[in-house]
Amino acid sequence: MPDIHDENSYEPHPKPGVSRLDYAGEQGMAVEQETLVEADVIKREEARSLWGDAWRDLRRRPIFLISAVLILLLVVMAVFPWAFTDADPRRADLVHDYLRRPDWADFFGAGWFGYDGQGRSIYARVVYGARASITVGICVTAAVTLLGGLAGMVAGYFGGGVDAVISRIVDIFFGIPLLLGALVLLNAFATRTVWSVVIALAFLGWTQIARVMRGAVLTVKQSDYVVAGRALGAGTGRLMFRHILPNAVAPVIVVATIALGGYIATEATLSFLGIGLQDPTISWGIDISSAQKVIRTAPFALFFPAAALSVTVLAFIMLGDAVRDALDPKLR
Amino acid sequence: MGSYVLRRVLQMIPVFFGTTLLIFLMVYTLPGDPVAALFGDKAADPAVVANLKHKYYLDQPIWKQYLHYMGNLFQGDFGTSFTGRPVTDIMANAFPVTIRLALMAFAFELVLGLCLGVVSGLKRGSVQDTLVLILTLLVISIPVFVLAYIAQTVFATNLGWVTPTVQDSRDLSQLLLPAIVLGSLSLAYVARLARTSIGENLRADYMRTAVAKGLPRRTIISRHLLRNSLIPVVTFLGTDLGALMSGAIVTEGIFNVQGIGNVLYRAINQKEGPTVVGIVTVLVIVYLVASLLVDLLYAVLDPRIRYA
Repeated sequence: MPDIHDENSYEPHPKPGVSRLDYAGEQGMAVEQETLVEADVIKREEARSLWGDAWRDLRRRPIFLISAVLILLLVVMAVFPWAFTDADPRRADLVHDYLRRPDWADFFGAGWFGYDGQGRSIYARVVYGARASITVGICVTAAVTLLGGLAGMVAGYFGGGVDAVISRIVDIFFGIPLLLGALVLLNAFATRTVWSVVIALAFLGWTQIARVMRGAVLTVKQSDYVVAGRALGAGTGRLMFRHILPNAVAPVIVVATIALGGYIATEATLSFLGIGLQDPTISWGIDISSAQKVIRTAPFALFFPAAALSVTVLAFIMLGDAVRDALDPKLR
Repeated sequence: MGSYVLRRVLQMIPVFFGTTLLIFLMVYTLPGDPVAALFGDKAADPAVVANLKHKYYLDQPIWKQYLHYMGNLFQGDFGTSFTGRPVTDIMANAFPVTIRLALMAFAFELVLGLCLGVVSGLKRGSVQDTLVLILTLLVISIPVFVLAYIAQTVFATNLGWVTPTVQDSRDLSQLLLPAIVLGSLSLAYVARLARTSIGENLRADYMRTAVAKGLPRRTIISRHLLRNSLIPVVTFLGTDLGALMSGAIVTEGIFNVQGIGNVLYRAINQKEGPTVVGIVTVLVIVYLVASLLVDLLYAVLDPRIRYA
């Protein structure tokens, strides 16, 4: 247990521009010198926006850099999977390749991660599976941000009866757990593609963003510049999108980035349960589900898609964490 | 206080009807004929189909079906499943198992999550803080079903401490591993929320005052710091109990626990409308009551909050 009376355990406000994580690692003299340099820098560029500030902060964060590189790699993999492997993810050879063990000598080749229960190259399936996950993650997040953002903006801006109605609708949707609702919705689709999963998750998931957006708009609405804008005759649209939105969007971006990883995990869970994506779509969730039957004899068939899924979710959550730390002044 | 509770309960009523209506619509108006599904591949006799539809009220317009269902619900009748078993009967068998599972998971995430959060929050940047951060990040990233397989392989196959699947769902000791897996994701969130909250409150003025007064460290941490830092954690935990029960769909399936998740999964697959709606209705009630309790707990934790 730390000593609470010890002055150091109070952790005074970290210096502006230096992230909590970086700050935590520094000790003694280094801190003193840094502070002077920082003060200098701040004097020179006084007018820095929240975004410029956040971007400066992000660029020097190892967590942000690692996750950004990972996500970039995954997106490239989703768009150009053939650039990563020559193997056909749907080619099945039960005679020669049934559950063949990983061959490490076959570097980046078809047999690198071994073959699954239908004699298909696991490496190729891991590479091609990125597309479904990334598409679902990005599309659901985009849809949810638009839908929830708009609902939250309207509720927060107009207030009164409009707010009451929208807030109750949000409450209603909030009562249904995402996974459960998605199972019921998706069960109605006879054939399910990436898009049916996107529609189901967006339909149920927009409420979180709506709540965050509404809260942010309520705070920003009180600002003097909004009142001034209105006094100068700015219309509703201009007030909403030029004055309020840029100042209320930061918490929405944070929540959306963290939620993105969650949507990818939800899609995999749905596919795993057999009510998400279907063949011929290649999805890590489906592959994990079919690998569970052979988990004793061929753990590698489960390991590689599971690892790919975890790394993807991890990358987005780390990105969200880094963005939150950079945008939330309270944590500075 | 009394009038606040009354107002909150009144606010809950439209939300309850709205949520049950939404799930009702999702189950009954989306494509897929549950009566036809009962016959499998065989062609159904139109007379039998009509009879069944009449019996289950499916030949009525959807709003009438909903009113009929709600009318019965308030008399304690959750309807009859398409297999002829009363839904209350099905739930009475499955809910106790899931409630035990969820409560064990809840206790696990609450106790361990708070401990980890306090340990890392009090000393930001220390070795244990970094460890907790990395550990929770890993747990959040690894999907629950993968975590379940890892736990199964390690504890059942390799170590042989438990059986891979649960043999008797009433045996608490057998439910331990599924409960830990079920609670692990929320545990990570609890630890991170507590850590952030404690980190922020450490710098608060009242903490400086408490230290200056010369209070013992134990009192400062438990009475001043922890109590004030608990609010975001309690908010999360309140919505989490319902989430644990629906999260049980995955965990119960993998560990073969005969609880609500298993029943619900089967019911969704077989388009067993009455069972799905009944279970979700109960989950919605749990969620609404939990969020009311959370609001009331705020006032207990933070004396500045008063419900007049």
